[in-house]
Amino acid sequence: MHPIISALKHHKTVVILVVLEIALTCAIVSNGIFIIGNHLATMRMQTGVADNELVWAESSGIGDASTSASQASRAAADLAALRGMPGVKSAVITNSLPLSSTGSWGTCIARKAGGADAESVCTVVIYAGTAGVVNTLGIRLSQGRDFLPQEYQDYDPFQGERAPPPSVIITRSLAQKMWPGEDPLGKPIFLGDKNSGVTHVVGVTDHLLNPSINKQSGADLNMLLPVTLATGNMYVLRTQPGVRDATLRNLPKVLDGVDEQRIITENHSYSDTVSDYFHDDRALIWLLLVVIGSLLALTALGVIGLSSFWVQQRTHQIGIRRAIGATRGDILRYFQTENFLIVSAGIVLGLGLAVVLNLLLMKQYELPRLPLTYLPIAAIVLWLLGQLAVLGPALRAAAVPPVVATRSV
Amino acid sequence: MFGYYFDLAWRSLKRNKVLTALMVLAIGLGIGASMTMITVLHVMTADPLPDKSARLFYPQIDPQDMEGYTPGKEPMDQFSWIDAMNLLHARKGSHQVAMTGGRVTVRPPQGESRAFFADARYTSSDFFSMFDVPFLYGGGWTADDDDRQARVAVISRTLADKLFGADHAVGQSLRLGKDVFRVIGVVDHWDPVPHFYDLTQGSYHKTEDVFLPLETAMALGQGTSGNMSCWGHGGFPDPRNMKNANCVWMQFWVQLDTPAQVQAYREFLVHYSEQQKMLGRFQRPPNTRLHDLMGWLDYNHVVPGSVQLQALLALGFMLVCLVNTVALLLVKFLRRSSELGVRRAMGASKQSIFAQLLTEASLIGIAGGIAGLLLAFGGLWIVRHQPVEYAPYAHLDMAMLGATLVLALCATVLAAMFPAWRACRVQPARVLKIQ
Repeated sequence: MHPIISALKHHKTVVILVVLEIALTCAIVSNGIFIIGNHLATMRMQTGVADNELVWAESSGIGDASTSASQASRAAADLAALRGMPGVKSAVITNSLPLSSTGSWGTCIARKAGGADAESVCTVVIYAGTAGVVNTLGIRLSQGRDFLPQEYQDYDPFQGERAPPPSVIITRSLAQKMWPGEDPLGKPIFLGDKNSGVTHVVGVTDHLLNPSINKQSGADLNMLLPVTLATGNMYVLRTQPGVRDATLRNLPKVLDGVDEQRIITENHSYSDTVSDYFHDDRALIWLLLVVIGSLLALTALGVIGLSSFWVQQRTHQIGIRRAIGATRGDILRYFQTENFLIVSAGIVLGLGLAVVLNLLLMKQYELPRLPLTYLPIAAIVLWLLGQLAVLGPALRAAAVPPVVATRSV
Repeated sequence: MFGYYFDLAWRSLKRNKVLTALMVLAIGLGIGASMTMITVLHVMTADPLPDKSARLFYPQIDPQDMEGYTPGKEPMDQFSWIDAMNLLHARKGSHQVAMTGGRVTVRPPQGESRAFFADARYTSSDFFSMFDVPFLYGGGWTADDDDRQARVAVISRTLADKLFGADHAVGQSLRLGKDVFRVIGVVDHWDPVPHFYDLTQGSYHKTEDVFLPLETAMALGQGTSGNMSCWGHGGFPDPRNMKNANCVWMQFWVQLDTPAQVQAYREFLVHYSEQQKMLGRFQRPPNTRLHDLMGWLDYNHVVPGSVQLQALLALGFMLVCLVNTVALLLVKFLRRSSELGVRRAMGASKQSIFAQLLTEASLIGIAGGIAGLLLAFGGLWIVRHQPVEYAPYAHLDMAMLGATLVLALCATVLAAMFPAWRACRVQPARVLKIQ
């Protein structure tokens, strides 16, 4: 070890530059891998509905019917037409869907009537759906029951005075937040103007994501109310597996058949909606992968360039060492150890930089803290990369014949 | 002399093609990545109205009740109808405009084609003169039209083309839902980036296709769109009675041409808040702001965090590329110690060796810059095909193109300084002896 270090002392500047490059690479790569891991975790979350069997559409008519009775009859006509389509198992109207980024309503709900702020949970998303909403969306209840037919009521959370439907299905996260450690079934929830309305929990689901995942509402803080007509007017169809795309194509024609004056604003398969939702995450992951790949390639090429230079520069010395008894293996190991030392120095500096960079990102972009497990990953990647890069030049060095020692360069 | 250095550099670069290609690639990658992101940032932070932005101001007042009041908190960033109208009719600026976004149902004149939605802006009359909106035909409406609730409309060139043909759109009837308007102006292509006058629609929203007088649109109940924040216990407001609601949903801009006017307007806002508090409409102590256009964009953080993060990443990448280049150049120059030693022994000065090595680095820099430019074109092409609002604006203009090449050249020459300085310190005698 000692002779390697004293040899490196003769090339201080070059060594410092390589160490610096490896350190920067290490810092960027470990944070990059961490950000990728974060986004992948979000993308793998279950929506809680039947992703591959749903189709949804939104339409607005011209001169929208103003009374709720005429709205209800129009909605009923639309739903009847949609249910009549071949391969459609069921159809409902909802205000929103998980990850659809539209029609999100947030509200505060309370454990007690007229409760003080301490008794309420805020930024809870309200889903509302018409008869059959649980089965159509494919929501799996882990506890309790589905809504009964008479529980679907004419309710609009924006008109504060009206009483809410008698029952509600909530997510496990909401239950934990409202009544930690208690059985949520049958518990009352107060909502509406001054928390005057009351509804009771009849079911709990483990998975149902919000219309969008954000810091205020988290991923799945929501509840589902049974209604006869949902503002937002999102038609959701559950189809047989094979006919989803055909249903999607025919849907505008069927809706036009009921009322040709309408404007169909949205018409998508639900899996496309989910995929669109994660578009930015995918784009960022690709960008990071390209940057990480390029950085590693660049660093490897830099190491190759330097090692080749050193091998060339030391050909004479290598010859002398070979002539006085060093084996090819000794020479090979010399360059490998040298590389290991340089990379290790880079990694030590790089880990420090990685933590600093992460602190900066945490402050500026609200990223979570970098878990320490990511640091060894980056370290191992760089060690392997260094060894791989030095192998070629080191083999060339090992191939230097002892006779070189007798020649002048 | 330069020709000779150029020749030497060319020979040297040709001698070790792999190392040369490696350096060009490293610089190209770094420049390409950073220029892509810098261009996107440059576009996103651009001044939408360079000639006028310093004279356009967005005021803020605090109309909320005492619930949730914390002193020093930023006031709301939109206006209720009453406040917007009060400020508009006070006429304290050279020009002022109150407006809101909307969505209208356009029914084409040819009966058979389908109706469609178009984004609209309901605004008072000064909008067009304040924001220097270019007209292809006709013009905007007057304050008088506003007060009389005249049924007139200004439409975009795109919409005019689609409905009537842009050349004879003026004077035509435009059917929006149940109502009929007379087209009095056609706006030429006008797409301020960001969509500064109403950031609630999305910072990089497209310019609206239909402009209607504010009073007319409200009287006819054309649908509004955009953000709305309410306070108090009134519940969600009735869309047909927005004028009295305790909600902010309007934007207000004022043109102030002199510093004295700006100062006077600041005082006016405080005075207005005090007056409204005396009348009992406001409850909080006066809490007002007056941002100029660029200040308003800054206050609203129009550049998304993800773009900043990507720019940071690109710069970090560029830094690694530069360190890499310094190391490779050092290796390359030191490897030629003997050659340089011979030149020194033959009488070349340190300066001329230094100049020769920098010439060589400049060649690499220019080649790297060109490679970077190609990569940046590719990178921006990818950005343009992303489904993000700012995508269409990600273009490399001439200034950025020049900046790319200059940056590549400067970065490389800077990176070459240290290696060249090290290399020309060689002792000719020592190098020659080893030979």
